[in-house]
Amino acid sequence: MNMVRNHVLISIDANTIIAGARAVEDALIKEIARQGLSQEIVVLETGSVGIEDQGVVLVVYPEGIYYTNITPAEVPELVEEHLLKGRVVHRLMLKETPKRFVITKEKTGLMKEQPRIVLKNCGFINPESIDEAIAADGYQAAAKALSSMKPDEIIAEVKHAGLTGRGGAAFPTGLKWEFASKVDNPVKYIVCNADEGEPGTFKDRLILEGDPHKLIESMIIGGYATGATKGFVYIRGEYELSIERLEKAIADARSYGLLGTNIFDSGFDFDITVMKGAGAYVCGEETALIESIEGKRGHPRNKPPYPITAGLWGKPTIVNNVETLSNIPEIILKGAENFKKYGTEKCSGTKVYTILGHVATPGLIETEMGTTLRDIIFEYGGGIKDGKRFKCALVGGAAGAFLGPDMLDVKMDFVNLREYAAALGSGAILVMDEDTDIVDMLKSVLHFFKHESCGHCVPCRLGTARLVELIDRIAASKGTSKDVEGLTRISETMKDTSFCPLGQSLILPVSSSLKYFKDEILARVQ
Amino acid sequence: MNLEDLKKIREKAEKDIELRQKKTRIKIVVGMGTSGIAAGAREVLKTFVEEISNRNLLDVVVTQTGEKGLASQEPMIEIFEEGKPVIVYGNIDKKKAQGIVENHIVGGRPVMEYVIEAK
Amino acid sequence: MYKETILKKFEPRLDNILYILHELQDNNEQHYVSKEDLKLCADYLSVPYSFVHGVATFYTMFSLTPRGRNIIRLCDSPPCHLMGSGSLLDYLKNKLKIDVGETTKDGVFTLELTSCLGVCGVAPALMMNNATIGKLTPEKVDAILEERRKSL
Ligand SMILES: Cc1cc2nc3c(=O)[nH]c(=O)nc-3n(C[C@H](O)[C@H](O)[C@H](O)COP(=O)(O)O)c2cc1C
Ligand code: FES
Repeated sequence: MNMVRNHVLISIDANTIIAGARAVEDALIKEIARQGLSQEIVVLETGSVGIEDQGVVLVVYPEGIYYTNITPAEVPELVEEHLLKGRVVHRLMLKETPKRFVITKEKTGLMKEQPRIVLKNCGFINPESIDEAIAADGYQAAAKALSSMKPDEIIAEVKHAGLTGRGGAAFPTGLKWEFASKVDNPVKYIVCNADEGEPGTFKDRLILEGDPHKLIESMIIGGYATGATKGFVYIRGEYELSIERLEKAIADARSYGLLGTNIFDSGFDFDITVMKGAGAYVCGEETALIESIEGKRGHPRNKPPYPITAGLWGKPTIVNNVETLSNIPEIILKGAENFKKYGTEKCSGTKVYTILGHVATPGLIETEMGTTLRDIIFEYGGGIKDGKRFKCALVGGAAGAFLGPDMLDVKMDFVNLREYAAALGSGAILVMDEDTDIVDMLKSVLHFFKHESCGHCVPCRLGTARLVELIDRIAASKGTSKDVEGLTRISETMKDTSFCPLGQSLILPVSSSLKYFKDEILARVQ
Repeated sequence: MNLEDLKKIREKAEKDIELRQKKTRIKIVVGMGTSGIAAGAREVLKTFVEEISNRNLLDVVVTQTGEKGLASQEPMIEIFEEGKPVIVYGNIDKKKAQGIVENHIVGGRPVMEYVIEAK
Repeated sequence: MYKETILKKFEPRLDNILYILHELQDNNEQHYVSKEDLKLCADYLSVPYSFVHGVATFYTMFSLTPRGRNIIRLCDSPPCHLMGSGSLLDYLKNKLKIDVGETTKDGVFTLELTSCLGVCGVAPALMMNNATIGKLTPEKVDAILEERRKSL
């Protein structure tokens, strides 16, 4: 075993990096090696040590000596004198040691390192330049797939990777593709679901706006694997910029011959059309979405038949979410085994989460499946705003569940959350602090559902209206405990009798809020 | 399009990017996703373009990218400069953008007050 | 007439109906789809008037009644609600002296509510015509209204 004699902490934050901390770090490591001290002395990066405007800062342990304004020129002297001979270099030393030694963790909040697969290029490349996309590995996976892989090899790879749908239902993507490829029909369609209506979700928009070529590439691969030669991307009408950027990307891809006929000399033809929605949450449901593309009211269809056998215009249709598809290039390029390194046993890969509400740094992250709610809120989200306490989080969008403190350490993936009567859904995480009025939040959720119920089936149409009446009464302190019971009763009935998951899923927010906050809700009624 | 074509396009794209980098001393990248735009990124982009052209800074380019996910810091910009750390600024508005051009782009001193990350 | 030109941009296929309705509405000075528009669309696509009416009423982005020159769509989904969209709604109602779904007397603004706009990271948010604006405060709302009034 090696004896570590000294630790040298080098402060890495915006101030010190600008002052040249990286160069000092390099010089330090080299010099330590040159003196043959690499076994005894460890250089560690740390965050801000609370000393500002003093250039690059080093702290040598165990002595706890601070050196400031260090440049690479001073490094040899420091190493020789202090680390080799044990003599403090007074000239460079900070005379007054700070009273409180604060190490803020390196890169906390949303700056924390994230394993980015689907968002790799978002925020780095110019989304309106196909050349930049290509320089950043764009279309390499499509090239590989179309020129050197057979459709069933691609499907096998996707299956092996264990990719599941990120649109909410978590159906295995490889299996969906396999079913589709086996259906015998000369005309098949692949549809990308970019309706993204779940409140608190904007992950698909980031991909559409930030890296549209990744989606095009993924659809080419999906089309080739399943035998679909025509793709549709259904984007909600409010996403003006997404529509604009994707349309430009499609036009550019066509002019490069990446869409059209005989792509990569494979004999495979493929093209994509963008469809613009017009404001209806239910159109995110795949059969309603298909109705809407056909130009009708977006009412969900009876299942079966599933879209895989009879979808758009009665033809076999594969419907996949934007985030789901955006995983494909990585799987093809680097292989299923590599993909499975991320995530949990049952759900491999990463998940994109939106962290919203009362957190210090709201925004969006991509992290491994299985990350706990605690890590997401406190590591990435920077903790609760204004030093308040955590009350609960609404996880999975409006159709998700309120999760209290006891759920903070549960590993979150699609399968695991189901065991706790919760759902990962779209990955939206709305964090509420101790001062949040839960009745008011539940009211907002129920109003959302009333507004978005499509009116097709009676339980959902009447149920949402009734629920809103009840919660409005409770919120106005005019309700009774009967009204509170009514919330559960109605949403349970809706769960059993509604036509589509929209009405069926209301039970989640209702029962979970009652589970945690029944007293708070009852305190509002007579 | 065949494999050879893609390779050629990629090589050319890489070369173009490199060439552009040689000619430019500083690259200013503005985050232009909807969150950024909703928080005022268009005006920030406009301010940079105006300031750069008013001062006739031929070796500075202004370009755009999508959203990174740090919504609370929008509008966000990054400054790339050869041999120096990348500086990320957050919560930028027109006035701050002018200050950045004046002090950082022209004067070479990053405006620490608005820096949220350096890498 | 401009409506003809809009129709001619699209093939007379049913799957173009949303695009056609969007364009008709966007180009209408009162930002709505009129009965005449519905009729034109129905004839062009060779479907019954009632069908087009059914589609247009299903989607919340379409209005069948005339609206003001500027349409304010304030998001009231849970994330924006949590960050204070409720009090902004009261502020807007007071300031414009109208209720949700109404148009100001001078016809400059129509106030509507919308579900999540997908910019919840900068909540609370609204859409002013086609532009999404976030990190709203009463002062910012004032500035936006002022800017719109000036551009009349
Ligand atoms: C009411 C409702 C809304 C939905 N909204 C969306 C949506 O906005 N985006 C999405 O990808 N899937 C949505 N889904 C799920 C789709 O029906 C479908 O499962 C998904 O697009 C399949 O893609 P995936 O396997 O890649 O997840 C919704 C489902 C329901 C019931
Ligand atoms: S909830 Fe308002 S933009 Fe998402």
